Amino acid sequence: MDFLGVPFPVFAGQLLIGLINGAFYAVLSLGLALIFGLLNIVNFAHGALYMVGAFVAFLLLDILGIGYWPALLLSPIIVGLFGMVIERFLLRPIADLDHLYGLLLTFGLALLIEGFFRQMYGVSGETYAIPSILQGGFNLGFMFLPTYRAWVIVAAIIVCGATWFLIEQTRLGATMRAAVENADLVRAFGVNVPLLVTLTYGLGVALAAFAGVLAAPIYSVNPLMGSNIIIVVFAIVVIGGLGSIKGAIISGFLLGLCEGLTRVYYPEASNIVIFVVMAIVLVVRPAGLFGKTA
Amino acid sequence: MTDTLLQTKNLQAWYGESHILHGIEFSVPKGQIVTLLGRNGAGKTTTLRSIMGLVKNRTGSVVHEGTETIKLASNQIAKRGIAYCPEERGIFSSLNVKENLQLPPVIADGGMSEERVYELFPILKTRGNSQGTKLSGGEQQMLAIARILRTGAQLLLLDEPTEGLAPVIVQQIGEIIKRLKDEGFTILLVEQNFRFAERMGDVHYVIEHGEVVDRFERAEIANNREKITGYLGV
Amino acid sequence: MTDTTKTDFNRAGEAKAGTASTSGAAAVLTDIRLWSAIGIVVLLILPHYVYPVMIAKVLCFALFAAAFNLLLGFAGLLSFGHAAFFGMSAYVTGYCLQSLGFTAELGILAGTAAGALLGLAMGLLAIRRQGIYFAMITLALAQMVYFVALQAPFTGGEDGLQGVPRRDLFGIIDMSSNMNVYYLVLGVFCIGLFIVYRTVHSPFGQVLKSIRENEPRAISLGYDADRYKLMAFVLSAALSGLAGSTKVMVFQLASLTDIQWQMSGEVVLMAVLGGIGTMVGPLVGATIIITLQNELAQIGSVSTIVQGAVFVFCVLAFRRGIVGEIKHRWTTWRGRS
Ligand SMILES: Nc1ncnc2c1ncn2[C@@H]1O[C@H](COP(=O)(O)OP(=O)(O)O)[C@@H](O)[C@H]1O
Ligand SMILES: [Mg+2]
Repeated sequence: MDFLGVPFPVFAGQLLIGLINGAFYAVLSLGLALIFGLLNIVNFAHGALYMVGAFVAFLLLDILGIGYWPALLLSPIIVGLFGMVIERFLLRPIADLDHLYGLLLTFGLALLIEGFFRQMYGVSGETYAIPSILQGGFNLGFMFLPTYRAWVIVAAIIVCGATWFLIEQTRLGATMRAAVENADLVRAFGVNVPLLVTLTYGLGVALAAFAGVLAAPIYSVNPLMGSNIIIVVFAIVVIGGLGSIKGAIISGFLLGLCEGLTRVYYPEASNIVIFVVMAIVLVVRPAGLFGKTA
Repeated sequence: MTDTLLQTKNLQAWYGESHILHGIEFSVPKGQIVTLLGRNGAGKTTTLRSIMGLVKNRTGSVVHEGTETIKLASNQIAKRGIAYCPEERGIFSSLNVKENLQLPPVIADGGMSEERVYELFPILKTRGNSQGTKLSGGEQQMLAIARILRTGAQLLLLDEPTEGLAPVIVQQIGEIIKRLKDEGFTILLVEQNFRFAERMGDVHYVIEHGEVVDRFERAEIANNREKITGYLGV
Repeated sequence: MTDTTKTDFNRAGEAKAGTASTSGAAAVLTDIRLWSAIGIVVLLILPHYVYPVMIAKVLCFALFAAAFNLLLGFAGLLSFGHAAFFGMSAYVTGYCLQSLGFTAELGILAGTAAGALLGLAMGLLAIRRQGIYFAMITLALAQMVYFVALQAPFTGGEDGLQGVPRRDLFGIIDMSSNMNVYYLVLGVFCIGLFIVYRTVHSPFGQVLKSIRENEPRAISLGYDADRYKLMAFVLSAALSGLAGSTKVMVFQLASLTDIQWQMSGEVVLMAVLGGIGTMVGPLVGATIIITLQNELAQIGSVSTIVQGAVFVFCVLAFRRGIVGEIKHRWTTWRGRS
């Protein structure tokens, strides 16, 4: 059975991998977009904190014997709290400066965090087992679908949906949206905006950590796992624009799929295709797919 | 003598290097409407923003109910019971009308219930789901006033609520402001529209170049009409 | 709408122009020609006391940082992709020397031209967005160049190009000794820095400055801001390429290290630490970072950790950088006395 010139199982398999990568891209760029909205900085440390999320899950298991399911909740909380400390003590002092300083500072943090984990755990990486009920898979007839991979996609969609709901449908979300528009005025209504900013950074970073825990059983838990993915996510964010929650989610999944398709038809280009798309978008629609044209 | 709710002394403010307020002094008695009059660029908005803590660089004294607020952050100032309706209304485009209305958190008991707000502004009830900035100018102004009535704040700072609105709407807003006074709110009203302001205010202060240059009680207006229109250049 | 007490990123390290009036001993102390002469004399003598390859490395990176700084400090553009130019030029020079038998100067020229061309391509895309987007785009494009280098046939993949021959300069001057290579590097460094200096102090530099300070105003005055930015970008890329090409002469090696994003980060750090928008800052920054890397090379990832910490510290508390801070102290001290 051939599909567009390749055997269908191959096609479907690569598409699935694309969808899984897309799930990670979506959760990561969603966090970046949240942070960007309120802090106006691009969080360079996002990839490093994704890695820390995976490591926290690994360490919880290794040291305390705490398994996957609690870790899925605990690791984002721990990393989120860590992020709030970062925001409060490192990012807030430079909040009034040019936003490029935020980029530089978080870049430094990324080096610091990755260097630390490399020093402690080397570069070879640690394995993290798939939780028992998610082992195995389904035979779909045309291909084998590993349960854990299906779960990753479902979990990412749930988390993206929940975040969307929080931002678009709740009072807290309305306050956050208002603060994105005019933080001063929201503050003059009695809202503790600095606290809101801290919480938002914590939430964005917690999303990264959640993605890290999801990734732990698929990729090895590795100090460098965040540094390459974050550059791809930056490209996605340029493509989608940082302005919208929906835009971040959709472009994350779409570009994952796009990468998967490339792996089917022109594997050599699979790791640059997203950058190529970015270049094309910059030529055709410089403000990004979901950005407002200036 | 009535109680003083808000009093400023030697209030100075800067935007970057430029010195905008040079020692504003006035007081707002409880339950009254006080207006700040002055030409464009006189410093009226800056005065309100300084009271709200939105101008970072400010000195002098702003006393609210006996407490000095000059050093407080703007959310702390708001929490004390001061509500702010900014120039150009400050309606949020990413929020619908209902969300705009519910945005300011309740900071004390005694605020209006949502039903009461809708009674005062029936138009808002039907438009709950429209994007805030899709409303007409007059409706946006109503929304901007409506949303600060729920919070329990007793002192309302209104910055040019009639700016750019049709006479009928100005009329309606005037009636609402009077009703608010009757309900016990204290109002600090910034205006350039003197004909509107004179109907509202119990006390009027004239601001020029960041200073208070004159003060009139309601009863003194009749004899000083020319002087005042001279200040305002109308 | 808010009171804008924002610090301008690009003016962080810049001493106020014109404050140093020329009078007496102070004038001598701030005379650029005098200092340049002293600097060159020191650099001429230094390799007799310090391992020349080491100083040559510092000079290559100092030129790289100066090229980066030309863009950030004087045009206000933060590129996170400069490794692409440095690395690609290194590959091209390496290939030309190793496989095509170019003489040293032609190899370096070819590498520099490659850097300029790549700069043109990346610049055309990147200048379409500003601020943090510009930084992200340059980073992403450079990552693309990295993947191309990883897979392209002429780069030697994971191994890189090793044992690149040090061909004679102009076909006649022997380059096999470290000392001779050092003097070549010193010459290139001086030329490169001179170009940066002249650019900054030319009418072109003035236009760049006015675009940086207020782009809409510069455009309304009739300047094609995008063209100026692109020219600055290409020049910066070419000089970065020059640095990368020269580095190949020193180490006889072009590898993925030169073209990775970490390298882009390093050059940013050198410029920030030395002082954005200063002439000498990149040299100071490069010296410190290279020394640091050499000292800490033995202990795993400590060097990365220290670099990250220096980054964070500089942004939080030391935004003028070393040279910028000295200049600032000097001008305020002059102003008081
Ligand atoms: N954000 C700002 N930055 C710098 N100057 C400002 C800013 N806002 C207002 N000004 C200046 O402060 C002065 C007073 O402005 P404002 O308080 O808005 O006057 P008014 O409300 O009486 O029309 C004006 O000269 C205006 O140009
Ligand atoms: Mg005003």
